Amino acid sequence: MLEGALPRKSGSMKRDRRSALVWSYFFLVLFVIFFLTPPIYMFITSLKSSAEVGAVTNPWWVYHPTLENYQALIFSPDYQTFFVNSAMVSVVVVIVTMLISIPAAFALARMKFWGSATLAMGVFLTYLIPETLLFIPLFKIFAWVNETFDIQLINHWWVCIIIFPTLTVPFCTWIMIGYFASIPKELDEAALIDGAGYLQMLTRIFIPVALPGIIAATIFAFTVSWADFLYPLAFTTSADQMLLPTGIYSTLIKGDVYAWGQIMAACLLGALPPLLIYAFLMDYYIAGLTAGATKG
Amino acid sequence: MAQVNLRKLVKHYDETPAVRGIDLDIPDKEFVVLVGPSGCGKTTTLRMIAGLEDVTDGDVLIGGEVVNDMPPKERDIAMVFQNYALYPHMTVYENMSFGLRLKKVPKEEIARRVQAAAQILDIGRLLERKPKQLSGGQRQRVAMGRAIVRNPKVFLFDEPLSNLDAQLRVQMRIEIKKVHQKVRTTTVYVTHDQVEAMTLADRVVVMNNGRIEQVGAPNDLYHAPATKFVASFIGSPAMNLMPCRLEEAAGGLRVRLSEQLELPVPAERTARYRAHAGKPSLLFGLRPEHIIEQRPHLDPGQQPFEAKINVVEPMGMETLVYFAVNGAEVCGRVEPAAAGGEGSRMKLVADLRRMHLIDDSTGRVL
Repeated sequence: MLEGALPRKSGSMKRDRRSALVWSYFFLVLFVIFFLTPPIYMFITSLKSSAEVGAVTNPWWVYHPTLENYQALIFSPDYQTFFVNSAMVSVVVVIVTMLISIPAAFALARMKFWGSATLAMGVFLTYLIPETLLFIPLFKIFAWVNETFDIQLINHWWVCIIIFPTLTVPFCTWIMIGYFASIPKELDEAALIDGAGYLQMLTRIFIPVALPGIIAATIFAFTVSWADFLYPLAFTTSADQMLLPTGIYSTLIKGDVYAWGQIMAACLLGALPPLLIYAFLMDYYIAGLTAGATKG
Repeated sequence: MAQVNLRKLVKHYDETPAVRGIDLDIPDKEFVVLVGPSGCGKTTTLRMIAGLEDVTDGDVLIGGEVVNDMPPKERDIAMVFQNYALYPHMTVYENMSFGLRLKKVPKEEIARRVQAAAQILDIGRLLERKPKQLSGGQRQRVAMGRAIVRNPKVFLFDEPLSNLDAQLRVQMRIEIKKVHQKVRTTTVYVTHDQVEAMTLADRVVVMNNGRIEQVGAPNDLYHAPATKFVASFIGSPAMNLMPCRLEEAAGGLRVRLSEQLELPVPAERTARYRAHAGKPSLLFGLRPEHIIEQRPHLDPGQQPFEAKINVVEPMGMETLVYFAVNGAEVCGRVEPAAAGGEGSRMKLVADLRRMHLIDDSTGRVL
């Protein structure tokens, strides 16, 4: 009786697994089509001359492929400036974010002090306030700084180094609190008994063990500062002070004339650095470094 | 090397008491095991010795010095955790040497000590591996190695074998005993497993409900328990405890277990028990190995009786038989060949020289 029942049961499990797989693939394919269509369209358009973009032809095909859009951008001093500004802002923001978030997350996750749980929640709540609500108050603050200390913050590319951490620090701190909290408490205790202080515990145990989380946070911070549009739009106006997203928008759209080919090429080139970062750091993302720390 | 002393040690979590006043002196080089059910305060006590928990009241002394306010790293102790707590990103060598590297011990000295410890634990060929490449038993060895290389005053073990399977546990138990014989470091070992406690300890400390029930050598605890708790906690299967009445009869004392069954108290115990005759709430205690099958001749103190066997458990070298006395389940240990079938009646003898009499109202063994 039991022998008869067993194969039937495993057969139904196989069927379950198969139908689960079929549905997974169905939705994955749907996602891939949905998310890859725009970049493919961008790529096709970026290879067209302005004349071909304007002509009434099949928009999904290039009849006279050309690299003139790319050439024009790469040798344009404006585009180079935007790129360098964006790169400097993003790198510095990532560094500043990590320098603040890692110790903050460590303190909030491990040093139980009065109000630490509330503070951790508060950190997260600040992330929920949208930037659209903040840029006018920030404008006021910068004006006050200008009046009081005679420091002009507005219309400098580096103002973003001051503003972007308000977006990146709360979120990065929050995800790292989660990572640090998942590290077994016995590891700290073993380190304490081995003679480590809190700083050594952080640098020699927590940072290496939580590296996947730190890399996830790094990717997030980089992507946010590379792609943010509203703050640079609000706080920079001269062409030489702009970052990539606002630079493309303000130099390649003149009145109602859209240089579509160049816009698409600029956006694709602009998407390269985050893409490369994802590609190189993805392995760390996946690596389960905590395996084997405790009973596994 | 140092002695450890606990003086009226108390620990409260908020208002909940976990340890309620413990006095314990552990001389240098002794292996002491704290044993008790979960929540008895044994791990909390260990963590207070380690400095991982604050002391609410009382004192912890290591090497004669009060260490209550000293951080763990200054106490010169080493601890082995239940879940090993190996640093996952470091090799075995780095794990073992971490403490020494923090202390800036010269490299050659570190290498020498790690090699020596690796040799004791037979993990020399694992030094370049990461923890996740090791089996449970190997990880446990590395955790011990990390403790040994530090050459601390005191070893603390927090249920180190609970995550291992039964066979490995026995093997590691012997391993731990061997290591202690080699390094002779004062050791405090916490476990809930009374077999581990009995086999490892120079002295066992039985704890219950935040207090020490009894301290003694394993055999003393086994044969002369001071309380009902110790009597029932130490030993497997547990000591049989049956409600009884103590009756005076013809110059001697008799233990009445049921309407049909009464047993004579050996003459040498009469004086000790006489004052308790007629008291309510007495328990009669006898270990399973002191209830055996009837043999051709009776030793002094052995008293025959008959019982209807309810359950038979063959263990190989012996067979456990279970029967009921006045509603209480009683276990006896008999020769496999002598055991009757379930439901059969069997002639057994009770060795009353090994009996215990317990006052159930106070929990004390009389």
